[in-house]
Amino acid sequence: MENNAFYVALSLLVNFDASLFGIVALSLQVSLLAVLIAAVLGFPLGAAVALWRFPGRGGMIVVLNALMGLPPVVAGLMVYLLLSRAGPLGEWGLLFTPGAMVIAQVVLVLPILAALSRQKVEDLLGEYREQFVSLGMSRSRMMPTLLWDARFALLTVLLAGFGRASAEVGAVMMVGGNIEGVTRVMTTSIVLETGKGNLPLALGLGIVLLGLVMLINAGAYLVGELTRRRVG
Amino acid sequence: MTSFQVPRLASSILSPPALCFDDVMFSKGNEVLLGPCSFTLEGLGPTLVMGPNGAGKSLLLRLAHGLLVPTRGQVTWSGEHCPRQAMVFQHPVLLRRSATANLTHALAVNNVPRKMRTKLAHDALERFGLTARSNTPARVLSGGEQQRLALARAWVLSPQVLFLDEPTAALDPAAIKAVEAAVREFHQRGTRIVMTTHDLHQARRLAADVLFLSGGILREHTPSETFFDKPVSREAQAYIAGELVE
Repeated sequence: MENNAFYVALSLLVNFDASLFGIVALSLQVSLLAVLIAAVLGFPLGAAVALWRFPGRGGMIVVLNALMGLPPVVAGLMVYLLLSRAGPLGEWGLLFTPGAMVIAQVVLVLPILAALSRQKVEDLLGEYREQFVSLGMSRSRMMPTLLWDARFALLTVLLAGFGRASAEVGAVMMVGGNIEGVTRVMTTSIVLETGKGNLPLALGLGIVLLGLVMLINAGAYLVGELTRRRVG
Repeated sequence: MTSFQVPRLASSILSPPALCFDDVMFSKGNEVLLGPCSFTLEGLGPTLVMGPNGAGKSLLLRLAHGLLVPTRGQVTWSGEHCPRQAMVFQHPVLLRRSATANLTHALAVNNVPRKMRTKLAHDALERFGLTARSNTPARVLSGGEQQRLALARAWVLSPQVLFLDEPTAALDPAAIKAVEAAVREFHQRGTRIVMTTHDLHQARRLAADVLFLSGGILREHTPSETFFDKPVSREAQAYIAGELVE
């Protein structure tokens, strides 16, 4: 029984194993911060592309949509080159720190938030446009109104971004380096522990990761449903 | 087409600037949807824009309000500035917020100081019988309440000119009555009313003058007595007589 990986995994969880929860906490910090930064940049960017007509707009939408599928290792490589000692931002000394991992995840998540929020805001603008023009609103004044009125749709978009950030392994592995106690997160340690044959810890982390993503999605679904019912 | 001028009253000094359509035409591709037409609106009206479906009533309203730009000709206002305007649509476009927040948003957009917004909003909600609904999300209000909220939103902006595009087309008689009462309140406050409808009875109740369109052409612009009793154009005669005009 004691050798059963699943059993050991559960006992790690139940006993609040310190190394396991350290890893979980760092994962959450990195991914939540990355999604937050990406939202602050990506939502206004998406709304701006929805609102303004400018040369190259079509190309920009295509690029944003395409970047939603950016392979994490490519994002990792880009950030690695940027932050490595010889790179343009090498002086910041960020490589192999949690900061570098946040940057890499922002690169991954930003296109998702921008592309999806552009779609949502554009749909809403189609409905609101005449009323906005009638109220004499400028495009820049429309932006906060649209973002706020699209809040429920944007919550789902935010979740898609968080799912991407918390599940990827390639980018954080490359720029974080999977250093124990410093940059080791759930996905990178699952890779490592599986490789070492330490299946209980890998499985324990897998369960936590899965549970976490489910919990956040369930919470957001509930919040969304309740408010949708209330606000119409 | 016959044109007429509303007699200038003493109060006309206070009345909003005249709206002037000068040879206005609107087309999409090669198809002319409206005009060319010319007319001038002075005084408070209410001016009812009438005609069968597809006659160009809504287009005319949108051109007047500036939501659309004419393909040819000009829409101008006398005086130096465009008057303050508001428009109420057939299907009210309300934000996904509470009734009060819909009004305070409109006030914020118009740079009304924050302190005054809530008071103005509550006054308007009371005037239109929506006080009990002030915290209700606008989207779950009934059709009649939504239209009254749209009117309240127009009210807080104190427009000099109010455009209404078939505001009662989707409403039941009680709600229609409330909307018509609201229109009269705007009128009494000195707001020029320009409204489309294809309800002849409603037009009789409200109109001071009528712009009659059919097939994208302005057939006549006459005072309501003339329009309903002895319309000048053949198309309007047929319309009043209840024939099916295209």
